[in-house]
Amino acid sequence: MDKFMLLYHNAAVTEEAYWDLSPEAMQAELAKWNTWIGGLAAQGRLVSAEALQPRGKVLRRRGELGTDGPFTEGKEVVGGFLLLQAADLDEAIRLAQGCPAFDNNGAVEVRPLVKFD
Amino acid sequence: MSFASAEHVVEHLFRHEAGRLHALLLRWLGVAHFAVAEDLVQDTLVEALTAWRLHGVPDNPAGWLYRVAQRKTLDWLRREQRRGRIGQELRAAEQRVAEAAPHYLPEELTDSELRTLFVCCHPALSPAAQVALCLKTLGGLSVAEIAAAFLTSPDTITKRLFRSKETLRTAGVSLEVPTGAELTRRLAAVLHALYLLFSEGYDSEQPAAPIRQELCAEALRLALLLTRQPRTDCPDTHALLALFCLQAARLPARTDAQGQLVLLEQQDRRRWSQPLIARGVRHLARAADAPAASAYHLQAGIALEHCRAPTYAATDWLAIRRLYDHLLALHPSSVVALHRAVAVARADGPARGLQAMAQAQALTGSYLYHAVLGDLHQLNGDPAAARHHLTEALQRTTGAARQQLLRRKLEGVGFPG
Repeated sequence: MDKFMLLYHNAAVTEEAYWDLSPEAMQAELAKWNTWIGGLAAQGRLVSAEALQPRGKVLRRRGELGTDGPFTEGKEVVGGFLLLQAADLDEAIRLAQGCPAFDNNGAVEVRPLVKFD
Repeated sequence: MSFASAEHVVEHLFRHEAGRLHALLLRWLGVAHFAVAEDLVQDTLVEALTAWRLHGVPDNPAGWLYRVAQRKTLDWLRREQRRGRIGQELRAAEQRVAEAAPHYLPEELTDSELRTLFVCCHPALSPAAQVALCLKTLGGLSVAEIAAAFLTSPDTITKRLFRSKETLRTAGVSLEVPTGAELTRRLAAVLHALYLLFSEGYDSEQPAAPIRQELCAEALRLALLLTRQPRTDCPDTHALLALFCLQAARLPARTDAQGQLVLLEQQDRRRWSQPLIARGVRHLARAADAPAASAYHLQAGIALEHCRAPTYAATDWLAIRRLYDHLLALHPSSVVALHRAVAVARADGPARGLQAMAQAQALTGSYLYHAVLGDLHQLNGDPAAARHHLTEALQRTTGAARQQLLRRKLEGVGFPG
């Protein structure tokens, strides 16, 4: 089994779309995500998953502050990441295809981790 | 935290927490910042969604939301302060929020919700606006859901809500639960709004639609809230609760497996909820202390007579007719007169029922008026007149369930439907 990182790129519009959701619709959206990740966990594929807050700083050369945060860098922000294990990149991609981010025009980047052993 | 717990997240958690948080934030910020409180609640829910979808649901989701809302409120207050936009009334707010308990205090929550209920039912707002605002603020329903419940457009509801918030802001509405004579007047407005809210869910074209039943449930929840504070825990509140319980008890039998409306006469009485009936009886007993019977007492009494009857034929129609007599004397209205006429027909014969319909003549434009006349003429052995009025009724309703019902009745009087 190899490890893969899934990076969620939320288009800024996704965040705005969330803003307009009713409480009930938000709960439905939450259920979709938790069902998907819960499914990965049940298959023994999930290593960890973390959400990132939509703020922070980007450091540039010599650690100088470059920008005010991820939003000003571009239209897309990394909203979170998920570490999973899969037999190969094809399987990792297959597992990533169930991600609910696609319902909101989000993107998922699938990257194999470098193996050191 | 776990993903397995996602399925165990309380049903409607977001919806219910939205209402509770809004009530708490109003307590912190004051009615003048009604819309700000609304935005901060939404912001809190969005943060929960983005965090929980990847990280799983925390063990105490309500506590998590409370803490985030508290932090966001403080952030907003400090931001406003830095910009010098803070008014006198908000100077104390920062301390109030910073010193608030780090978790929900049940008494504080009840108190906040109760105050918010009085704000939402403020007499400066129209009854329709009061009901919409209760649903949005305390019920956590979206504009689209409220529009669906009222069978109107989201645009209409948006405008109604916007105007209501403006009225609350400019009228300087206080968050205090009133006392003395003012309490009697304001409580009457709250009870009436809850009555409308329940009726909106109950007397429906689509009684099986979940959103409509939510309205009944929300009215019941808010009425129960009133019983938790001694000042509003009074006989009229219990009479209203009795009415809600006794009406809601019959909901399971009001639709058949195909979602068709089933009239009282044809309902399978075994499907009525006995626990709700028992509860209604208990509330009615606690309502007995009233100096005089209110319209809620009388309507609960009528509902109780129906619940008590083993069959439609064995219903004590005389008792029901007498209750309607009192109700009509207390609230002379065509709608009451119309329903009374049905009871008169059953208690004293269809001819007397038809005479009683004279008092409901203001309703000649409504489908219900003609549907009742159709039934009464049928009972009176006049199928031609029955056909005439049932056809009139059919032309006056657009609801599919009601049309279906009227067509079945027309077939019953020998009309090729």
